[in-house]
Amino acid sequence: MIRKVIFVLLLVALPAAVLFGAADGSWLKSVPAREHERTSPYRDQSDAIAAGRRIFVDRCSHCHGENAEGTKKRPPLRSERVQKQATEGDLHWLLVNGNMRKGMPSWAKLPDQQLWQVIAYVKSLHE
Amino acid sequence: MQADMRFLLFLFTIFLAAGCRAQERPYFVTYSHEMEEPGNLDIELFNAVGKPPDGNRFVGSNIEFEYGATAWWTTEFYLDGQVTLHDSTIFTGYRWENRFRPLLREHWINPVFYVEFENINGGDKALREVVGHDGKADVSGPNAEARMEKLRELELKLILGSNYRGWNISENFIAEKNLSNEPWEFGYAWAVSRPLKMAASARDCTFCGEKFQAGVEMYGGLGDRYSFGTNQTSHYFGPSINWAAPKGIAFSFSPQWGLNDYSIPHLFRFGVSYEIDQFFGRFHRGTR
Repeated sequence: MIRKVIFVLLLVALPAAVLFGAADGSWLKSVPAREHERTSPYRDQSDAIAAGRRIFVDRCSHCHGENAEGTKKRPPLRSERVQKQATEGDLHWLLVNGNMRKGMPSWAKLPDQQLWQVIAYVKSLHE
Repeated sequence: MQADMRFLLFLFTIFLAAGCRAQERPYFVTYSHEMEEPGNLDIELFNAVGKPPDGNRFVGSNIEFEYGATAWWTTEFYLDGQVTLHDSTIFTGYRWENRFRPLLREHWINPVFYVEFENINGGDKALREVVGHDGKADVSGPNAEARMEKLRELELKLILGSNYRGWNISENFIAEKNLSNEPWEFGYAWAVSRPLKMAASARDCTFCGEKFQAGVEMYGGLGDRYSFGTNQTSHYFGPSINWAAPKGIAFSFSPQWGLNDYSIPHLFRFGVSYEIDQFFGRFHRGTR
């Protein structure tokens, strides 16, 4: 009986641990070095930030909040992890590949230019 | 006539209820590897207008409800119907499809597995795919006869998709089996598209290039298990375009040409779609 209980607990706990583990930014470790070092062609450009804001509101705000403050289920993008730990290249890699096990879809459907515009907007939020 | 009006009114009502954030790709038959965003419900209305040489002009329609169950699983339910001039308006059945993305990262070529169950009748003219020896003869007969034919089918697709510098290239390989002891039938579809402008504008705009996507699409049958190949099969090709209009409504259009005598000479396809973000989240208090 005890074995069965332990087995059920493990069955529930293991996937939960995997999911919560992935939410702690472990995706950052998966980013190849070459991608990590990429920089945005639109950094600090006001037009790109404004365009990125438009794309963000249209595509991302439903999960991450109107002003990237996060929602009950999805993380904020004003966090230290996004603003300081993650490079522009890291964020670009995440947008292209997504984090599908955690519900973050791939945004490779958007042209690269638009991805960089979103990143320019997100990175502008630390100021 | 009253039946026609009722059907058109029904479609129009659904149109208004819909609205839409841009349909992502301007394809009518081809699937790309891009999945519906998790939690979003996309309502789409697609129509195919054609006239076979020996039959009446028709409008084949389907309404689709596409839901992103997870980032790697999209499920979709269709209701099909058609209007044939000088004949009748009929409901032709339903379909339920599921798409699964086995590789959870973006690669040069991204596969997606597609499984669909169809419960339709022979009067279906939505032409969502062309397989086997489908051709103009299949849409020429009177509805009363065509609807007597029951088609309970399993359809499998291998979807391959790539995104490169803003271009999307998609290829579909189709295998379909009528469950009443008919042979497997095969078909294909491919399409290429890209936005007219890559970078987004800083200001809201209605007709700027990033709101449009243009491309070409081609599809056709490849015979069946006993007669594989292009003999006595129909094939279609045409340009396609979509426009992400304000208020989240997107329109798509494609004139298509039959490439041989076995095909319907011309098809005009048009569609409207509307995406509801976080559909079920709207029913939970405090989540929006």
